[in-house]
Amino acid sequence: MSPVMGRLVALESRRGWQVVCGLAVVFLLVVPILNQVVPPSSPFHMPTFWVVILGKYMCFAILALSLDLIWGYAGVLSLGQGAFFGLGGYAMGMYMMRQIGDRGVYGDPVLPDFMVFLNWKELPWYWQGFDMFWFTVLMVMLVPGLLAFVFGWLAFRSRISGVYFSIISQAMVFAMMLAFFRNEMGFGGNNGLTDFKDLLGFNLSRDSTKVGLYVVSTATLILVYLTCRFVVRSKLGRVMVAIRDAEDRVRFLGYSVAWTKLFIFTLAAVIAGIAGALYVPQVGIINPGEFAPAKSIEVAVWVAVGGRGTLFGAIAGAFAVNGAKSFFTGAAPEIWLFFLGALFVVVTLFLPKGIIGALSSLRRRLPGVRQRETKVA
Amino acid sequence: MRLFSALLFAMSLTVAVPEVRAQSASDGAAFADGLAALNTKGFDDKAAAINALAGLGDPRAVDVLQAMSEGLLFYRKEDGLVVVAKEAGRRQYDITDPVSAENLGVVSSRDLRKISANNRLRQLIRGVLGQFALLDEDVDRRIAAALDLMKSPSAEAIPLVSAALTQEEDPAAQKVFQTTLSVLELRADDPATRLQAVEQLASFVDPTLKTHLERLLLHNGDGFVEPDEGIRNAAAVAIERIDRRIAYLTVIENLVFGISLGSVLLLAAIGLAITFGVMGVINMAHGEMIMIGAYSAFVVQQAFRQFLPPELFGFYVVAAVPAAFLLAGTVGLIIERGCIRFLYGRPLETLLATWGISLILQQAVRSLFGANNREVANPAWLAGSIEITSGLTFTVNRLYIIAFSLIVVALLAALMRYSRFGLNMRAVTQNRSMAASMGIATGRVDALTFGLGSGIAGIGGVALSQISNVSPNLGQSFIVDSFMVVVFGGVGSLWGTIVGAFSLGIVNKFLEPFSGAILGKIIVLIAIILFIQKRPRGLFALRGRAAEA
Repeated sequence: MSPVMGRLVALESRRGWQVVCGLAVVFLLVVPILNQVVPPSSPFHMPTFWVVILGKYMCFAILALSLDLIWGYAGVLSLGQGAFFGLGGYAMGMYMMRQIGDRGVYGDPVLPDFMVFLNWKELPWYWQGFDMFWFTVLMVMLVPGLLAFVFGWLAFRSRISGVYFSIISQAMVFAMMLAFFRNEMGFGGNNGLTDFKDLLGFNLSRDSTKVGLYVVSTATLILVYLTCRFVVRSKLGRVMVAIRDAEDRVRFLGYSVAWTKLFIFTLAAVIAGIAGALYVPQVGIINPGEFAPAKSIEVAVWVAVGGRGTLFGAIAGAFAVNGAKSFFTGAAPEIWLFFLGALFVVVTLFLPKGIIGALSSLRRRLPGVRQRETKVA
Repeated sequence: MRLFSALLFAMSLTVAVPEVRAQSASDGAAFADGLAALNTKGFDDKAAAINALAGLGDPRAVDVLQAMSEGLLFYRKEDGLVVVAKEAGRRQYDITDPVSAENLGVVSSRDLRKISANNRLRQLIRGVLGQFALLDEDVDRRIAAALDLMKSPSAEAIPLVSAALTQEEDPAAQKVFQTTLSVLELRADDPATRLQAVEQLASFVDPTLKTHLERLLLHNGDGFVEPDEGIRNAAAVAIERIDRRIAYLTVIENLVFGISLGSVLLLAAIGLAITFGVMGVINMAHGEMIMIGAYSAFVVQQAFRQFLPPELFGFYVVAAVPAAFLLAGTVGLIIERGCIRFLYGRPLETLLATWGISLILQQAVRSLFGANNREVANPAWLAGSIEITSGLTFTVNRLYIIAFSLIVVALLAALMRYSRFGLNMRAVTQNRSMAASMGIATGRVDALTFGLGSGIAGIGGVALSQISNVSPNLGQSFIVDSFMVVVFGGVGSLWGTIVGAFSLGIVNKFLEPFSGAILGKIIVLIAIILFIQKRPRGLFALRGRAAEA
């Protein structure tokens, strides 16, 4: 076995690989087959509607992973993760706006509708290049990464940590929301970017495109998960955890706390940007509402519910909370905020390690498991 | 400046009065002549006569013109004397001589002939009579008439206004009349009068007069509205002076607005600052305490409307302050005892838990009161505005809020400085474990501090309800700003919070005109992020070993 393969295999325990591969098969193969191959009359058929919802959850899970990386492992609670998610989304939205071409309401070959409406004569400089997909993909990662790098450099260099960092990052996302609400910014103001037609030539309203986006999101989630696992298993990952647990000691030992945090914060921002870019074509709109501070802080509860510092918990939490949200906002919208609020309180008070932590401590109490673990040890 | 213009004004009066007096002595005959001129056949001639009569500025003309528009102005056939008539039975009129106001008895309609008016004339008379309101008995109506004239100035009204000015005794009305006269004189035919008017207006330095001066400099077909270059230059100088004054007033206005915004921020942030200082936790539900305070003001208002006589309604605000303090304080205590105390040493978790609480409180209020805005009325003593000088007005409620927040902060400072509880609070802020080993019940101090901070936020909500609508999202809009105040001023420092709140409020207001409200806010946020590079613990950082923990 080559050393690269060896390190890859070592990312997960044997059991971990079994779970990852099992879930990958279910979500990458079974779901599309149930949707595309099984006829709609069959009870096993999965409606496209559900596939789209699952696809959205995959993006949320990627976003949750990015927060888990920075919060769960480095102990930095960023309440501005939505800023990077939104920026990635806007970058993808700009590409799809350019793809509309002359099919807009005003039929301008270059300018998006809202610019024609605002009486703009030419494309602003920052919209240049978004007609090329490779450029867009670059920007999806570069723009959030750059913002995170600058912001993080300013913050970590002057040792802003703990609640201070949380508040400042929330102020950042709040400022972004205010900025993007302005029409003069050139991102569609209040309405944002919408009415997308197609992506890379695939019609967005067709079922096959939707399922395709779902598959891409799921594959990306798996890839991001493995990347995160790789990072936290590396030596850098250990330094991160050490910073989380005793920042001063790590500094005394000669590690650069600021650069470690900065690297991980920037990486998390890039991941969040990718999540946003995958999310926007699936919901068909991106507007400044994504920058609302409440949305960013909600991501923290996904991670907290699932269990911090486990990566897998972040994914589970994103699915669980968003599943509950879809259920409640349909069944009883009044109750949803009560439920979400209670979730924040209950999880922090009674489930500090989240669902995953609760499950594993439950498992440890079962006599059979304990025996097997001792045997392995 | 003001003294000088008043002096100038007084001088102009003393010069003008004897002249006009002499003029009015000869007016007796002029009025009779003007009256006789009404008795012509053609409507154009009548219109000229009406204008001439009005131009005399004689108050007796009011009755005459009123009668004319109502069809009650006649002339006697025997001698052509113009008389005002009152109907006194069938085809009988009770007539009066308008010149001497002498009653000439009841005569038959056959002895009289009507001086008729058509619609055009009636309209003309209505305008002329409006000018005569300058002579009304009521001061306010006189001033209103003068202001009306200023809105649609014409040279014809000059004699009337100058006549009214000589008779005027009320100083406020005199001032308005003088201004009106100058504005009208800008349209006079005589260049010397116009120049004098420009100089007069320049001495007033009143922003509202700027448009009148600017009109002179406008292009009018081939030339300027004002043909004389000297007058144009004088007007330009006057405009410049007014502009400077406007700039100066704007600074004062922004300052006061900024301070009033800052005092609201202060009330919102100070509770946050002390709880953060004492307990090291951030209370994301703090904004909801403000909202609870605002809603208790609403409830107290409804209760006063319902159960108490309307005379007492004005006092509901006074009753709402303790009510809001108690309610918000109690909610704060419950939050601390029920949730936060279990999360000590885990500030990030506290942040999330209190965020959850804020969601619950918001939804609870939404379910109770509905999602729409609720209106809290200003009581009479908080409504209205005061004019400091022309072009500078402040609404009373903003001034009250400034005073109110200063009182609240002074009380809080006294509490922290002189009371036993304040001493304990400061001790726990400086060094929790040391304070605990000296026998201070830190748990109790925490709970009371949290309650106090929440209560003050509640009071802030009452103040806020007087200047904006009350909605379930009220707190959300303040939370980021209050955090910025705390971060900027320094955690746990009363002075830092005060300085932070006022400087943020003022900076926001000063940025607004240049960049718009939203961009201004963004600039402030970025500036704060950069600011804490230099001073990560805010302007007024706590010093010492304990502050590092």
